[in-house]
Order: sequence, then structure tokens, then C-alpha cells
Amino acid sequence: MLTNDIIKQRLTEKFAEQVSNFEEPYGMLTFEAPVELNLKVLNFLYDDEELKFRFMTDLTAVHFPNDKGRELAVVYHLHNLSDNIRIRFKVFTAIGKPDVYTATGLFSTANWMERETYDFYGINFVGHPNLKRILNVDEMDYFPMRKEFPLEDSTRIDKDDEMFGRGGTLGFGTETARDRQEVISENEKHDETGRPIV
Amino acid sequence: MSEQHIKLPEGSIEKTTTTLNLGPTHPATHGVMQNILELDGERIVSAEQTIGYIHRAFEKLAERRPLAQITTLTDRMNYCSSPINNMGWHLTCEKLLGVKTPKRVDYLRVIIMELARISDHLICNSIVGVDAGAYTGFLYVMQYRELIYEIYEEVCGARLTTNIGRIGGFERNFNDIAFQKLEKFLSEYPKVLKEFENLFQRNRIFMERTMGTGAISAERALNYGFTGPNLRAAGVDYDVRVHTPYSSYEDFQFNIPVGTTGDNYDRWLVREKEMWESLSIIEQAYQKVQEFKGAEAEVYHADVPEYYLPPKEDVYTKMEALIYHFKIVMGETEIPKGEVYQAVEGGNGELGFYLISDGGRTPYRLHFRRPCFVYYQAYEELTKGGMLSDAIMTMSSLNLIAGELDA
Repeated sequence: MLTNDIIKQRLTEKFAEQVSNFEEPYGMLTFEAPVELNLKVLNFLYDDEELKFRFMTDLTAVHFPNDKGRELAVVYHLHNLSDNIRIRFKVFTAIGKPDVYTATGLFSTANWMERETYDFYGINFVGHPNLKRILNVDEMDYFPMRKEFPLEDSTRIDKDDEMFGRGGTLGFGTETARDRQEVISENEKHDETGRPIV
Repeated sequence: MSEQHIKLPEGSIEKTTTTLNLGPTHPATHGVMQNILELDGERIVSAEQTIGYIHRAFEKLAERRPLAQITTLTDRMNYCSSPINNMGWHLTCEKLLGVKTPKRVDYLRVIIMELARISDHLICNSIVGVDAGAYTGFLYVMQYRELIYEIYEEVCGARLTTNIGRIGGFERNFNDIAFQKLEKFLSEYPKVLKEFENLFQRNRIFMERTMGTGAISAERALNYGFTGPNLRAAGVDYDVRVHTPYSSYEDFQFNIPVGTTGDNYDRWLVREKEMWESLSIIEQAYQKVQEFKGAEAEVYHADVPEYYLPPKEDVYTKMEALIYHFKIVMGETEIPKGEVYQAVEGGNGELGFYLISDGGRTPYRLHFRRPCFVYYQAYEELTKGGMLSDAIMTMSSLNLIAGELDA
């Protein structure tokens, strides 16, 4: 029976110290590898007669703006259906040059998943047959799921987000309502409560 | 007409194929999605799908919402079986928070989830009938979907976008009317389903329309990430309820129906058989629920004061309850750090929630693994070389839900 320990052992035998950061959050084996090795690792996991990770459950990305040089993480969820075990595999890439080899040669399902990831995070999947936006409009010129794009309208001044636990807790992206107010008040007149005088 | 009025695009005289836009708003697509088909006569040479017409940025929205407010987002993904999405989200939160739900809650959840599965499959199968020209079955079974919706209504007050349940259980106990309606459903529905089956299953016209069209092999289906009934129709017995049981599914006896060819007819059959299995699961769950006596029969949520709203009368009289009430409503509860993936067997397959929390009040990242999105990319392969009218049926037998495609 395949267990997390065996998978870990097989991986370290093959890739030595290049696979690292083994963790088991909530029982799922999680590890990372250098970005240029992603296809080698996926291929090994796919082809190995013992591991047989031949089903790609999910592919997505996460943005860590404070982690310099490794801002974007591409996360693969793989499933071995015969032994019924799942693993999570991550590669990190710099936001300046987010090139990751495509997994479409191995999994047809990676096609749209990678397009979605590109659409929202701007990860350039090298070798993808049709890397273009999928859910957003084609004319969009930014990658909206990156953390520097705040969700709420940054011109809004009637609501102090910090009072409601929505601002500042993540420590990036949005300035406080007060900062915004200063910027806006250069152009508009406000009464003492901060409401614009029409 | 003089020559200057006719301006044909260059190369269009020599072109032997026709380009046809199927969608975005076409009655046969049952949702907002576009297919740009290249047709040679009535045969499909190539198909290009365009999606994203109802993209609502749920993943971005979720990054600014406390856990309890994300449930309403999940409603709007697969709106034919929103209770399963809701439960999947609650299970994800419970896994992250380490909440253990009481058995009675699990069984009640199973009842609701299987009802949702029936209503989902019912719609899909009857719509396949509609696309083949058989409207009767669709209208006939609507009555029983209505009954399922009435049960939801008794439990949570809503019908389509249910927002059913809470982290840790349900917002209130099931009332007697809910159980009466469930009993009515259990006693009447088998007859109706049998009759519905008789309309289609051995119907020569229906069989000839569906057999051999939109087929996919097991190997290709796996490579395309198919899950749920569509994968099982191709002959792979993968079901999340059995492989990674959640909500006490391990306590139930049921079969996983599988097909062989993965064509439209097999998909239809697999869904049909799954409805029978769901019925049997509901019967077992209802029996188990009735076995709880005394105080146990009143249990409908786990004890998670930080995430489960206290009773309203306590909020007025007890300080602690007031604080928790305020913190939950305003979303001021800090979520523990963690990274979790939880999957449930949705109406269309494995519905996964990948949640990363950095210890803030909202998820750091939430990704929905939507089965529809994953398998719709195989549409070209499924329809290539086939007839246009078969492509329409393939679309409905895949059970494409635009809400789940786009999220």
C-alpha cells in the first residue's frame, strides 16, 4: 500500500535535495521543487510503476507578494486513483519572469487549467498550445487575482474598512481609507465627517 | 444587385465549410456559453468553445469575505444542486477548523445532498430528452423537483440558491413538515422515476439518437480530468463518496453504477441508476435519523461557538453569546493558519475546495475545482466528426452548468 513516506522516499531517491519542504497538512503530502524541474517531477510521478499519479485533479496558482524572487506558486493536485492517495506539488517562480513548463503534454486537462491560471496570475506556461485568456475579456491588460489589485473600489471613502476587519489584515495591497481620503481631498471638498460636499 | 453591394470576406467563395456560432445565448445551450463550430454540411469539423460570459470573480470575492459569507458564493456555481456545494464548503471549513460534526448532522446532510443529486440528475436527464424532442418527461418530473425544493424550503427557507446549513451543522432542526415531505417523496418518487425511465430507456428513437454519439474512452476521460457520472459512464468506478468518504458516507450501502462506452446513452443510464442509489441512501439515512431518541434527536449542529451563531434569545441576555454573535456577523474571527483541500461528489463530479489561510479573517486564497470547467474542454474531441444535432445532445448529457463553468 502506497503511503506518504514511500512517496517521499521515492522522490528523494530520484531528485535528492532538489525536492524539498515536505509537509503533511491535513494528511496530504505537500512538497516543492525548482520551477525548471516541474515537468521532470510530474513525469516521474506519472511514469513510475509504484507511484502512478496519473490523474490531475487541480492546477492553480497563489500569489505571495512579500516572498521576493518566489512570488508566484503554481500548485498541482495529483491523484493516484488505484491506491487512492493524493499529493500536492508546488513550484515557485519570480513574478518578473513567470515561466513554467506546461503540463499539457502529460495531461489534456491541464490545457484550460493553465489558461485559467495564466488569465488570473499571468503565469507564462511555456509550450502551451493555446495560451490565451479564458474567463476574462481578451482586452484585459492585467492579472486580476494578484494581490496588488484590491477588490473594493479604492475611491470609496464612506467606509472605514479597518473597523470591519477587511482592511490591513493581510498587510499589503490596500491603503487605509484615511490615506485614500487624503489623496481624494486634493480634488474634492469634504465636510468634517469625510463626506464629499456636492 | 450591383457588385458594390455584395462584399464577401476574402476567401469565402473557395471556402467549403460553414462557420456557425452556437451561442452565447442559444436556447439549446441551456446557459451562456459559445461554441464556434466549423461545419461541413451538418458534420462538425472543429469546435472552439468560448466561456466566461457569467464570470463573477468568486475566488477574488472570497479573499475578502469571512468563511460564513462564502457559502452564498458556492450556491451560484452549480445551481442545480447548490446544497452539495454548500455542504462541500462547510466540510472544507470544518476540516480546516478541526470540527467534528455529530452523526445526526452527517445523516441529515446526506439526505439533503442526495436530494440535491437527484434534482441535478433529474434535470440533466430530462433535458437530454428535451433535446431529443421528448418534452413530456421533462414536464412530468418537474413536479418532483418542486417537491425537493419544498423540502429545502422547510429546512432553510430558500429554493434555488439555498445557503443551506452552517459551519458545524444546520441553522435549525428539520421540522415535521420537512420529514413529512421527505416521506411523501420517498413513497411517490420511485413510481415516477420508473415511469420516466420507461419513457426513455428502451425507447428506440431515444436509443438511436444517443448511442454512439459523444463517446469518450476511459483513458481519454481520465486524461481530461473527467469525474462524476461522465467518468463513470466511460467505465471508471471513481466516486469521491467511496474513495474519500465525508459526512459519514462510509455508513451507507450503495453501488456505483458504471457504463462502458462513455457515450450519451451511457451517461444518461449512469445518472438514472445513480438516482436509484441516491434514493436508497436517503432511505437508509432517514432510517438512521429516526433511530436517534431523546436529546440526541434534537442535535442539529456541533459545538463551535466561534463560527456557529448563538440562539437569538441568548444574544439579548448573555454577554458571551452577544460577543460571538457580533464577531461572526462582522467577520472578525481569526481563522487558523492552514492549507486544506476538500472534495465532495457534486452533481457533475469532484467538486474541490482548495483553501489557504494565513491566519487572517478571510481566506488568503480559495480555489474551486469545478468539474464542469474541467470536462467542457473535451467537448471538441467528443463532437468532432459528429452531427450538429448530436453535439447539442452531447452538451446537455455532459450536464454543463454555466455557473459552474465560469465561477
